[in-house]
Amino acid sequence: MATVNIRATVNGTERIIECEPDAPLLDVLRQDLGLSGPRFGCGVGLCGACFVLIGGRARSSCDFPAWAAEGQDITTVEGLVQDGALHPVQQAVVDEQAAQCGYCTSGMIISAVGLLHANAAPTEGEVRSALDGNLCRCGSHQRILRAVLRAAARTSPPGARTAVRQEEAR
Amino acid sequence: MSRSAEPSPSLAANPQLREWLDFSVDAVVTIRPGKVEYGQGVWTALAQIAAEELDVGLDQVRVAGVSTSSSPDEGVTSGSRSIQDSGGALRQVCAQVRAAFLAEAAEKLGADPAGLEVARGAAGTGPGQRGLSYWSLDEAALLDRAARLTVPAKSPARWSVAGRSAPRIDLPDKAAGRPRFLHDQVLPGMLFGRVVRPPAPAATLDGVDEAGLPDGVVTHVRDGSFLGVIAESDRVAVAAAERLALAARWTVRESLPDEDDLKGFLLSQPTDDQPVAQRRDAAAAGQVRSTRAAEYTRPFIAHGSMAPSCAIARWDDGDQVSVWSHSQGVFPLRGALATGLGLDPAQVTVHYVEGAGVYGHNAADDAAADAVLLARAVPGRPVRVLWTRPDELSWGPLGSAMLARLSAGQDAAGRIRTWRQDVWSNGFVGRPGIGGEPRLLALSHIAGGTPISATPDGVPSGAMGATRNAVPAYDIPDLEVTRHRLLTMPLRTSSLRSLGAFLNVFAIESFMDELALAAGADPVEFRLAHLRDPRARRVIEEAAAMSGWAARARAGTPGESADGTGFGLAFARYKGVAGYCAAVAEVAAGTSISLRRLWLAVDVGRVINPDGVLNQVEGGAIQSASWALRERVRFDRTRITSVTWESYPILRFTEVPEVAVRIVDAPGEPETGAGELAQGPVAGAIGNAVADAVGARVRDLPLTTEQVTRAIELS
Repeated sequence: MATVNIRATVNGTERIIECEPDAPLLDVLRQDLGLSGPRFGCGVGLCGACFVLIGGRARSSCDFPAWAAEGQDITTVEGLVQDGALHPVQQAVVDEQAAQCGYCTSGMIISAVGLLHANAAPTEGEVRSALDGNLCRCGSHQRILRAVLRAAARTSPPGARTAVRQEEAR
Repeated sequence: MSRSAEPSPSLAANPQLREWLDFSVDAVVTIRPGKVEYGQGVWTALAQIAAEELDVGLDQVRVAGVSTSSSPDEGVTSGSRSIQDSGGALRQVCAQVRAAFLAEAAEKLGADPAGLEVARGAAGTGPGQRGLSYWSLDEAALLDRAARLTVPAKSPARWSVAGRSAPRIDLPDKAAGRPRFLHDQVLPGMLFGRVVRPPAPAATLDGVDEAGLPDGVVTHVRDGSFLGVIAESDRVAVAAAERLALAARWTVRESLPDEDDLKGFLLSQPTDDQPVAQRRDAAAAGQVRSTRAAEYTRPFIAHGSMAPSCAIARWDDGDQVSVWSHSQGVFPLRGALATGLGLDPAQVTVHYVEGAGVYGHNAADDAAADAVLLARAVPGRPVRVLWTRPDELSWGPLGSAMLARLSAGQDAAGRIRTWRQDVWSNGFVGRPGIGGEPRLLALSHIAGGTPISATPDGVPSGAMGATRNAVPAYDIPDLEVTRHRLLTMPLRTSSLRSLGAFLNVFAIESFMDELALAAGADPVEFRLAHLRDPRARRVIEEAAAMSGWAARARAGTPGESADGTGFGLAFARYKGVAGYCAAVAEVAAGTSISLRRLWLAVDVGRVINPDGVLNQVEGGAIQSASWALRERVRFDRTRITSVTWESYPILRFTEVPEVAVRIVDAPGEPETGAGELAQGPVAGAIGNAVADAVGARVRDLPLTTEQVTRAIELS
């Protein structure tokens, strides 16, 4: 199969990846770049296990063709770790013991980080909506919700929640 | 001093201390359970037990991977038995090792063993006097001996590591996305295999045009109706498998029942009928003034693990095969592979590597057989096989459809005097090797292979198979329970979390509410009036209190709640002999049924890791709610059609209820396991809450809006 060179930033590093243009981004990340954090779950964007941040937004990588990654800024769950320290959402998942098997965890964390980029102080309902594309079979949902809200409370600037509430009130 | 209620069968089968642990790494205790970790947190709990009995830090305990080459054979990790079996063995082994260590240390120090303290694995007569440790003494002297049950374990009153919530040892890796799953494993020289499954359960491969396979294909394998391909990369393997699927010619037969008449299917098949329980009381039966009967069903349910099944296999030296699998039972898998391939078990090694959560016998073992068959074509090269999502949802074993037919007689006061229960189901005990058959999918497809016979169901004891929880725990003087196991099996069934308990408890607890209604009694009071076991009464009272049941009971009669909400309670003692669980559900019935809240009270005896128990019960509750509200394997007369998360929906974040779990303290009682407790009671509680909300009884799972609407129309 003919290959092309895709230039993209992956976890802060510019990469040139030789691959088939229609190869799924997930497969390129896992097989070609050795990033095992994004998981294969369904292959058609219906379960969320493969979520990555593309331009800061969480989306599935299993149905995202490699050619569309050209010039994009991609972050996988591994890329959230800074200088060996877990991202606040990752830390909150550990603190809340918010997993059983953990296979969906990468995608959950990515969705939560994407949400908190856009909305630093989400309500529980907003977290539920943001994670609705992430399936969990073990039933860890309540713990994941708590973890995301905990991370939001840690990272959102003081007063942000009040400001949001006031915004909603108006 | 405390003793286990019964000696661990795991220890009886593997009595040498050295099989269970070693001190080969300085300052580290390596424990070697034969039970596997798949997200249920069992390795953390086992590490706690070992740390407690050895007096080492929890941070000093490592858990060795499970392998047929190095682990004690503990059979299958199933049935909520790991804490009793593996934990019981490790507790006994570690207590004995500590006693031997103390005796050795006392002799060396010229001290009285009773005057010695052990901390972080070192012994001495006081702080600063700890020159001897597990790692400085002769390991052979400590470990080269057989277990003796006479050495007492610590009393739970003295526990400082066990009995407290400990963080899971596997979570930091999982949160950081580090490679941990079998799916992440890359072996040197590894190739990638894919299998082209038949288009239906009853299909035969007539031929395939093998021309035009893409570059990068190493070879393909065709053996009877087993068809697969091996390539240098998974991308090429996927493309080649798609091409082979288009080029394959199959003869396909209709072999499946009418999905819309599962009751008719279950009642029309030949069955093996076995008594489960029988007690007669003519005097009580003579008091019966009214009788009721009802039938309850569940559909086929899929495991739906988040990861499709995966396996790696490599053949070496002609006849030795190594397998990496996320099977729940590496030893039975080894035996089944050997049987199916005509090998000696010594020629097969199976290593466990974690996959996504498993909830019974899913396709993990089948994937291992696939990898073994494909890898045989490329000796010396490891071949990884990954299933597709559609194959996972349609070719993995299913939890059987079931019908429970109940009838009961009540006296003039409404007390239950007689009870009859008949349960129809395919079997639940179909793991590899059961009945001496391989029971591996690919081995049923190869030329001259072994077909998978109708799944057995184990001893009809009320604890196993379809009979699990088929005998109500209530005080009923005249009772008869019978199992009807189907002898045909159009859809392959096997173990799925809680086995028959999910439907049996749903049926019994729905029926209890129907009988309470007939007696004009409050459902909680009605249950308590038929229960003497104080532990059973306590979890019911606790769940009722958590949910504010008493205030709710005063508020009105079923179907008349002004706001469309309903409450329901259900109870079961798992397997009739294990943990207790009562659940209360709150639903809102509007244009659709939504589950708002669940409250659960559980008694699992002594608890090793309280947060681990809470996590298991919360997760089980949500999974059970998903089964009860949404799940149903769909099929036409030829094939399963629910092959994506759209056609096989499970509960999502916007749909999951709030869940509150409370552990009822029972430190003097043996551990019982917690992983399957919630399945039955949660389904029963939701069913009762729906009936409370809408005033009509839905007896066929799942409790979808359509089913509820139909029940209202019929009522």
